[in-house]
Amino acid sequence: MSELAHTWTNVVVILIFVFSFAALLSWIERRLLGVWQDRYGPNRVGPFGVLQSVADAIKLLAKEDWIPPFADKALFVLAPAVIAITTLLAFAVVPVAPGIGVVDLNIGLLFFLAMSSLGVYSIVLGGWASNNKYSLLGGFRAAAQMLSYEVFMGLSLMGVVMLAGSFNLRDIVTAQEGLWFCIPQILGLITFTVAGIAEARRLPFDLPEAENELVAGFHTEYSSMKFGLFFIGEYVGIIVISAMMVTLFFGGWLGPLLPPLMWFLLKTSIIIGFFILLRASLPRPRYDQLMAYGWKVMLPLTLFNLLITGAIVLAWGL
Amino acid sequence: MWNALKTMWTIFLHMFHRPVTVQYPDEKPYIPPRWRGRIILSRDPDGEERCVACYLCAAACPVDCIALQATEDEHGRRYPEFFRINFSRCIFCGYCEEACPTDAIQLTSDFEMGEYDRKNLVYEKEDLLIDGPGKYPDYNFYRVAGLAITGEGGKNKGEAENEAPPVDLHHLLP
Repeated sequence: MSELAHTWTNVVVILIFVFSFAALLSWIERRLLGVWQDRYGPNRVGPFGVLQSVADAIKLLAKEDWIPPFADKALFVLAPAVIAITTLLAFAVVPVAPGIGVVDLNIGLLFFLAMSSLGVYSIVLGGWASNNKYSLLGGFRAAAQMLSYEVFMGLSLMGVVMLAGSFNLRDIVTAQEGLWFCIPQILGLITFTVAGIAEARRLPFDLPEAENELVAGFHTEYSSMKFGLFFIGEYVGIIVISAMMVTLFFGGWLGPLLPPLMWFLLKTSIIIGFFILLRASLPRPRYDQLMAYGWKVMLPLTLFNLLITGAIVLAWGL
Repeated sequence: MWNALKTMWTIFLHMFHRPVTVQYPDEKPYIPPRWRGRIILSRDPDGEERCVACYLCAAACPVDCIALQATEDEHGRRYPEFFRINFSRCIFCGYCEEACPTDAIQLTSDFEMGEYDRKNLVYEKEDLLIDGPGKYPDYNFYRVAGLAITGEGGKNKGEAENEAPPVDLHHLLP
């Protein structure tokens, strides 16, 4: 009974925390972008503008929930739900700290990869169901981009799996007691970072959205809380990718002095800040550049990393 | 790749720069003395309206936002019967101030004229008139102009400041 209660507390607390952090992230991102562009960003609502996301949520809920008459209604409603569900499910396997975490799967890493792949359905279906040329273009781009970056996203993690000898994320974290995997798996880290940004559709790779080419890409026709779900999905996606990077390459909750939970939050926040810095500084590549970069640079690099890691593991019998 | 990292470092360093934002309602910006803001109608040092309803401001106005009607009082002084400025059209170019021969119409440094109702942006003469002489404290048009004014406080031709008596056309001496 107490174990059940423990699980439920974990689930509810993590769910609430992830949701509120995702909402807060929209404010943090705008403030950080402001700071890096020599301005303030939203600082009017509440102390330092913290309540800006609350104001945004109220505004979104008060907007008209409009389904265009030419849209495919069932898919149009389904699409934003899919992304929110898949990103939240992906967070379920993240080992936050010892004893904190929703579920301890022995195939946690595969589950994460599966869920982040399913997220692409949301974008493609949203673009398709909107029945609008810009949305459709966004959806097409999302499909091609996510599929090609998915390939080496999975492969880039195989080095970590080889070193840790497990798909269980908790085992992977404990395997980093001596040395974080960001050092021996530096190539894996680089490729996973690139794939992660593409997977979360963040700015250097936000071609499905691409405001200045495609209006708003796949969510052009969305309004009100359906748009809000896409938004939350995106921010939860960032949190998940950052948490996974911390888990797989930066030793998860491991660290001296501070309690494990603090270490996890600190590392995740730094990675999220890095993601926002990427958005603040890098321009969006052209579409063919993106595909060429994925297939011609990143995939060979990943395979090379896999080869070397495999050889070393074989030679030293780790 | 190296370029991208260098860009990111440069952007990151901007964290330690001071924001250039002027947080306007809390922090008022510096307004230069010659700022062209809300238009007013000034009075001469005697407290009379300076405007002589010559229509030059209305003619100079590029957006036709000034409307007025001239009339005369019993002493032969011209003044506007009504004087109306539609500030929803005004572009604050200051041409009316340049055109005005009596320095009556002047632009001030006030720019905070927000209204919820568009109609409230149409200012009538009562709204435009101020009590003082504005930028030219000593100037009184009728004291220096050659026009004869009847009634009390009036003057004949040649009695204005810096004005010589009129030439008698029928006199023989030079």
